[in-house]
Amino acid sequence: MEATLEASPAGDSPAIVADPVVDAIDRLKEKFPEAVTDDPREGYNGLMVNASQLPAVARTLKDELGFDYLSSLTGVDQIEDGKLEAVYHTYSIEKGGGSVTLHVQVDRDNPVIPSLMPIWPGADFQEREAFDMYGIHFEGHPDLRRILTWDGFNGHPLRKDWQEPFYEDAQKPFGSRWPEGNAVHRAEENNPYGKNVQYPAGWVPTGEEYDVETDMYSILKGNDGHTVDRATHMKTDKLTVNIGPQHPSTHGVFRMVVTLDGETILDLKPVMGYLHRNHEKIGERNTFLGNIPYTDRLDYLSSMGNNHGYVLAIEDLMDLDVPERAEWIRILTVELTRICNHLWALGFLLNDLGALQTPMLYFYIERELILDFFETLSGARMMCNYMRFGGVAYDLPDDVRGQPTMAFLNELVNERLPAALDQADRLMTYNEIVRARSIGVGFLSRQDAIAYSMAGPILRASGVNYDVRRAEPYSYYDQLDFDVPVFYNGDIYDRYRVRIEEMKQSIRIIKQVLPHLEATKGAPIISGKPQYAIRMPRPGEAYGRVENPKGELGYYVTTKRRSSNPERYHVRATSFINLTALGKMCIGHKIADVVAILGSIDIVLGEVDR
Amino acid sequence: MTTPATGASADVAVPEELQNNVWITNIAKLLDPAYNWARKNSVWPMVFGLACCAIEMICTASSRYDLARFGMEVFRATPRQSDLMIVSGTVTKKMVPTIVRLYNQMPEPRYVMAMGACASGGGPFKEGYTVVDGIDKFLPVDVYVPGCPPTPQALINGLIALQEKIDQQSLATVPWYRKDDPTAGMVEIPVLGPDLVDVRQIDIIKAEAKKAAQLAEVETAVTEPEAAS
Ligand code: SF4
Repeated sequence: MEATLEASPAGDSPAIVADPVVDAIDRLKEKFPEAVTDDPREGYNGLMVNASQLPAVARTLKDELGFDYLSSLTGVDQIEDGKLEAVYHTYSIEKGGGSVTLHVQVDRDNPVIPSLMPIWPGADFQEREAFDMYGIHFEGHPDLRRILTWDGFNGHPLRKDWQEPFYEDAQKPFGSRWPEGNAVHRAEENNPYGKNVQYPAGWVPTGEEYDVETDMYSILKGNDGHTVDRATHMKTDKLTVNIGPQHPSTHGVFRMVVTLDGETILDLKPVMGYLHRNHEKIGERNTFLGNIPYTDRLDYLSSMGNNHGYVLAIEDLMDLDVPERAEWIRILTVELTRICNHLWALGFLLNDLGALQTPMLYFYIERELILDFFETLSGARMMCNYMRFGGVAYDLPDDVRGQPTMAFLNELVNERLPAALDQADRLMTYNEIVRARSIGVGFLSRQDAIAYSMAGPILRASGVNYDVRRAEPYSYYDQLDFDVPVFYNGDIYDRYRVRIEEMKQSIRIIKQVLPHLEATKGAPIISGKPQYAIRMPRPGEAYGRVENPKGELGYYVTTKRRSSNPERYHVRATSFINLTALGKMCIGHKIADVVAILGSIDIVLGEVDR
Repeated sequence: MTTPATGASADVAVPEELQNNVWITNIAKLLDPAYNWARKNSVWPMVFGLACCAIEMICTASSRYDLARFGMEVFRATPRQSDLMIVSGTVTKKMVPTIVRLYNQMPEPRYVMAMGACASGGGPFKEGYTVVDGIDKFLPVDVYVPGCPPTPQALINGLIALQEKIDQQSLATVPWYRKDDPTAGMVEIPVLGPDLVDVRQIDIIKAEAKKAAQLAEVETAVTEPEAAS
């Protein structure tokens, strides 16, 4: 006991008010002595919940204990125990702090778990994803279809015993492809079709299996009805329209199916998976280090932020400390990424509102400056692959674009960026067309924003003061002086303004970071020697989360002792979950607004589909 | 005056001060360069972004790299008006039917560029279960641009390579004026079954199914007597 007292800093010694998480866990165990127990496994600190009692536990957690935000929901395959597991991370918006994590285990042969849709509508897509990937059946989910693969796909790919066509080995690094010095074998050559496909044994195409979307159309509201106008007795059919996956305004290969009454939207279903690149399956085979470049390609507009979340999760598992200089460099890069991302997002939002290209081109001038800095820093403009466990890969360069680095950064944050933002404000913020198209459009209330697990600028535009940097500070964010911009109207315009204000706050943060960078010049940037083959010192789970430009990005990683690969690697993808409320925001608006509402959510398909 | 045997240029004496400005040739020799010169300087790409590479493609089109220098800044939102499909990113099995359909909708002459590692061969995601290992499994690719993502400079380099390719084509041999087969150059659209089905491979799929069935038969034949005894 004494040892803990000594080790913990004065601020949170156990004598002071109980941690809300500990408190909530105690009260849950008290109220459900049968159904809720501590997770007995080493390195896991959540609760084990009996599947049948899950809705009751979740309701208590949400309504009585204040853990009202379901951040992440995912499946895990515990093949050795013959179980499938669902993991829920819940947070308290008001109190901040850590998560209450629920684990629910069910039989692998009959995996049925009650759906949490009635409690948290934000569970919608995440449950569908767990169904798609693991075959967990969420009872009571109104629309349990595959989401990332397609209807009719063979099997549940994230199950540990499911193998893909180009399967080589259970874990990386694979054996040599040149075993005798010259025998190059390519995966295609071992496949009878010469490409990345496989069919169930004995499957013969009949032509019927190709009708794959009946279910989706049948669930759309108003798909087959018509209305009769009272005055004129005119019969009007409802119209179903597909927007995407190839459409200039869907920001990539995203598709929406809408039913229209005239021009008004009756129902909207997002369809995704057109960029499903199997991050998690590949990630579970990769070494821990090998996953970092893959995280770059999630939200490919903010690779530094993606790196950060992942290294935080692994550092938690490895109990690694990060040297001071590395932390400051991380904050610098992450905040620059935020500016980059928002510049891009706003450029595209205005593009979608009809200001075709011009604002975009204005915004990109400054973005290119930041990309140049990233290129000199890490070697790549977009896919930086820069952070490492316990630090960063390289120190700051001597100069950028022919200017000493510090001078370049000072000029950037003191002159170029503020000037660009002022210009944006002058030209756009009070522009009449922007206001007419965006004020009051795409409304999302405070309650809905929380219930739908929205994150980032969308949450804060709906009046919720929640930012992971403040709620559960990581890195040195607790030492930095910045505000969390919050707006209260929950419409497109406020989302626009949140982003503008956030960029200003990022500039403010960077200004505070620069003196520290000067002061720590020459200090180490990584703790210990850089390691390539990491063996995990302890088993267990970790959930690393950061406030990425688009919102909360989380990595759920579980591992075994001395393992070199994650056992489960899940990404809580912000853009994916933010789309859950798209239908809600669009219904009742005109079809032309859909594009603008989508632009205001700011999705990146690499992260939506992973 | 020399004999007018080889080319028209021999007929006319061009005054020395005009030699830089006047070019005398015969119509057959003129047609190809003129035709190609016009085409190669107005290659209109389709607005078609798949993944991360598309971001660099957009950067290439923006003012710093300025594709307009090559007459390529006119990104068209419809395949009917475009000459070039830049496959800018990972091709997934769910998306590839759409891509092939878009390709079929483009009028000839049309070109395909595989931008980045993914479009060229699957890239970092090649081993994935829903990733197509290269768009060239379905479409004829004219230029491959390496990189992950290729920098704007690399993309421009690829576009210049495409211009050179266009320059070498001749009206006499190009395939798109053929009248005999109206569907020439169309690619059959793959369909989604339990996995992606390339309809051109139906015969192989059936043969494989047959093989598997025979194998299963042999296995049951081997195991059944054991079980009976
Ligand atoms: S090649 Fe690299 S950058 Fe391009 S789409 Fe593939 S992963 Fe993304």
